[in-house]
Amino acid sequence: MPEYAFFINSSVCSGCKTCQIACKDKNELSKGINWRRVYEIEGGNWKEENGVFTSLPFSYFISLSCQNCANPECVKACPTTAMHVNANGIVVIDHELCIGCKYCAWACPYGAPRYDPLKKVMTKCNLCEDYITKGLKPSCVASCPMRALDFGTYNEITAKYGSGENVFPLPDPGTCEPRIVIKPHKDYLKPCKEHAYVTENEYN
Amino acid sequence: MLFSFKTRPKNSFFRTNRRAFLKWSAVAGTSLLGENNLFSGVFKPYFPEENKTGEEKIIRTGCPAHNCGGRCLLKVHVKDGLITRIETDDRPGDDISDPQLRACIRGRAYRKRQYHPGRLKYPLLRTGKRGEGGFKRISWDEAYEIMYREISGVIKKYGNSAIFIPYGTGSYTNTNGRWPAVRLMNLLGGSLGYYNSYSWACTNIATPYVYGTLNTGNQRQDWVNSKYIIMWGWNPAEMKDGTNSDYFIRKARENGAKTVCIDPRQSMSAVALADEWIPIRPGTDAAMMSAMAYVIITEKLTDNDFIKRCCSGYDDSQMPAGCENEESYKDYILGSRDGVPKTPEWAERITAVPSTVIACIAREYATRKPAILYQGYGMQRRAFGEQTVRAGAALAAITGNIGIPGGWASGLGSQAGGEPFWSVFPAGENPVKARIPVFLWTEAIIRGKEMGTAEGIKGADKLDNNIKLIWCVASNILINQHSNINRTAEILRDESLVEFIAVQDNFLTPSAMFADLVLPACTQFETWGVEDGWKFGEEVFLTPKIVDPPFETKSDYRICADLSRKFGVWEQFTAGGKDEKAWAEWIIDEIYRKTRFPEMPAFSELEKSNAGVYVKPVKDPVIAFSDFRNNPEKYPLKTPTGRIELFSKPLFDMNRPDEIPAVPKYVQEWESPFGKEAGKYPLQAIGHHYMPRVHSTHFNNEWTTEAFPQLVFMNKADADARKIRNGDFVKVWNDRGALVAKCRITSGIMPGVIDIPQGAWYKPGKDGIDTGGNINMLTTERWTALAKGNPQHTIMVQVEKYNN
Repeated sequence: MPEYAFFINSSVCSGCKTCQIACKDKNELSKGINWRRVYEIEGGNWKEENGVFTSLPFSYFISLSCQNCANPECVKACPTTAMHVNANGIVVIDHELCIGCKYCAWACPYGAPRYDPLKKVMTKCNLCEDYITKGLKPSCVASCPMRALDFGTYNEITAKYGSGENVFPLPDPGTCEPRIVIKPHKDYLKPCKEHAYVTENEYN
Repeated sequence: MLFSFKTRPKNSFFRTNRRAFLKWSAVAGTSLLGENNLFSGVFKPYFPEENKTGEEKIIRTGCPAHNCGGRCLLKVHVKDGLITRIETDDRPGDDISDPQLRACIRGRAYRKRQYHPGRLKYPLLRTGKRGEGGFKRISWDEAYEIMYREISGVIKKYGNSAIFIPYGTGSYTNTNGRWPAVRLMNLLGGSLGYYNSYSWACTNIATPYVYGTLNTGNQRQDWVNSKYIIMWGWNPAEMKDGTNSDYFIRKARENGAKTVCIDPRQSMSAVALADEWIPIRPGTDAAMMSAMAYVIITEKLTDNDFIKRCCSGYDDSQMPAGCENEESYKDYILGSRDGVPKTPEWAERITAVPSTVIACIAREYATRKPAILYQGYGMQRRAFGEQTVRAGAALAAITGNIGIPGGWASGLGSQAGGEPFWSVFPAGENPVKARIPVFLWTEAIIRGKEMGTAEGIKGADKLDNNIKLIWCVASNILINQHSNINRTAEILRDESLVEFIAVQDNFLTPSAMFADLVLPACTQFETWGVEDGWKFGEEVFLTPKIVDPPFETKSDYRICADLSRKFGVWEQFTAGGKDEKAWAEWIIDEIYRKTRFPEMPAFSELEKSNAGVYVKPVKDPVIAFSDFRNNPEKYPLKTPTGRIELFSKPLFDMNRPDEIPAVPKYVQEWESPFGKEAGKYPLQAIGHHYMPRVHSTHFNNEWTTEAFPQLVFMNKADADARKIRNGDFVKVWNDRGALVAKCRITSGIMPGVIDIPQGAWYKPGKDGIDTGGNINMLTTERWTALAKGNPQHTIMVQVEKYNN
């Protein structure tokens, strides 16, 4: 079974959210449901001395969808076995079984499962299974104007890009073995938890 | 859980915002659009039976061309006459000579515009007072009759020069857009012309004073040859200054270039493309540039050979005849005449950039060659934008970064070796010769007959009419995008001034709200057209009609063609019966193939191939001014001296040294933090080009606005001083007007400056305060000295928490 993985080059991500919109268009996601989300991490203090600014803030973006974990918390949390790993090694939801209880959303440290209030079920990124089984890249990866995203098997991705860094504000990766490689932005060491704003679309 | 965010500040503004939003929804409950079923309700596209094949087709086409700065390729999935999915360029290779033309958020979200319930469906006639927004449905026959009656009436009563088809860039595919209307009017005796634009008025006029041309840019594939790139007020990742410009900068960095972004905002480009971000006080760029010149000159980092061979007016050894004793560029920089050396310490107080940083950037720019100083256009949409353009070009000149691979001359930057055609639809010759600077159209309404060369009138000594009829096609300039909305609205409301206004668009825009007659146009997916690469780009896109126009909508060309029958000029207008497709064929076969791209496939082949685009790969990028640099005597510039003019005698002869100096100077703006106006209005407001829309297009797109809502961006220091919290609604105002929008507190903007992204739709509440967040509530109609251009970023404002 292949172990698929995303590569996120945060060092060149402009936060344009084209990946998020490409995903919405392909998967017919209504407002409020985003399988792929671009997080803005920013903060830092300004110092003004005699009308001149001497200290500068930081800012970078992280694009996340489902990390297709090797040890997925969402699957473990699901009371109905709707959340499962399918024959292609992709964590997917059987909507016949899903009762929309949101346990998976609470369990997932990345916030990948998203509740659809109209269908009353959970939904999530399926890595564009219909595309990747045809040898195409997922919609988000093919969309990126900066070519900051890539996709392949975990071995391919780590061979190409190394194992990456666990960038703030991602959780400790030990728990669920996410298959994601992030090349960090130059500012990634600057944020500290007290000072960083992390925004998704919720500031809408 | 990661996104429960213990990392957020204590008062999670997510929650605060939600409460505020619910409250706000109640306030803003009465929409201007109302619940009138002419506009709202579920959009049911028209499904001809023959289209219901159940099969999915994939059609490659140009992304609907507005004025975003990019031109990208879309793969549009169509099933049963409905667009079901939009993907982008997937041509193999993606080599830098011919990279994939990947569409951004605006193109990928297009279905939410295409199938928006608010699409105009029928012609509408105003019912109440102008601007109130009351309309009733009428037939096309009635609409054409009204257009015929009003246009003929104004021609008879005043003459053709009383008719104006405003600037508008909402549709850009030759057959869709304003050009067919111009063609029809030209057949009927013409209409008042204009020159210049709202995008780059100052650089458009100032650049030729330095270089004698606008084609000052190397082709972009050359950027990888640069060692140092200054992105000065330039934000290609967001506004797209050519598809892939951001990607080319990434490639240049991978090739070893250091990049610096100088901008009041930590723009998306500053984050993704720059090694360093240097915040600068808006409107003071020419001061920093002058101080950089001071460092370069006094530390002997100038390219003396280049200056000697190629420049004019650098110092007293090369002043033009008749100006031998005037102040040279070097005189100004060193302060030898005015007693003020333009040192980094001098500039520090003006720009808020540390003098050490200014000196460092100057040294790096002058020594890490070849270097690019790329000027964005926001900094020239300012009170003295012309000076900034010339000051940047001067730095390129004194360091000799011109005419070489990896260098950049600055200025407007159209590419050498073939600029795009923009629109080639044959509008014909305008029998009315008078042209106004485009920004002065409201002046031409209230006092056109008083306007002459002093107001920038070209083609005539003075205007012989005030504007009496406006036919606004694919444009939101009437209200939304022009300065000082309250003033414009008052002018337009007065029916004794402009007697008739027709607006032709896809939506009931704020401009359409001021129409007497609204004509529903279809989108670019619904008719044939042709696009070419925006400012850059060796591309031509064929945009076939891929779905039918819904309801009673028609292409801009079709509307004009139908109307031409009324006037008895159908034969001439349609050139013997051409439809949109026939024009697309004519444009490709008779224009592109016979001029710029002789090797491109014929229309029929392009259509058959479903390629959507023809691209001429750039393997050997053209370098602007390389001939001139090698042999300035043989290849002189089209300036009076044939050289790069650091001192301009034509500007000197204008004899307005305070506003139009002969050498580029920093001039304090008419609204600035240093003037007494700052007492009442202490904050500078800028309005950057925002990711979710193209100017005002896509403001109603729920996907793009979900990702990027309209906000006022403000530094924490300014917010704290006003007790404003993240997510609060704030009122922003000055003497011209006021707006309300939600506030985003960010460290990504310098203190003393707020950003209100331009293009939000004007939506006044009962108190006259705009609830849409449109920055033009605050901007001024005053025009710049030389270009007569729009200074829409030069504004001072005050902000407070909005409690209603």
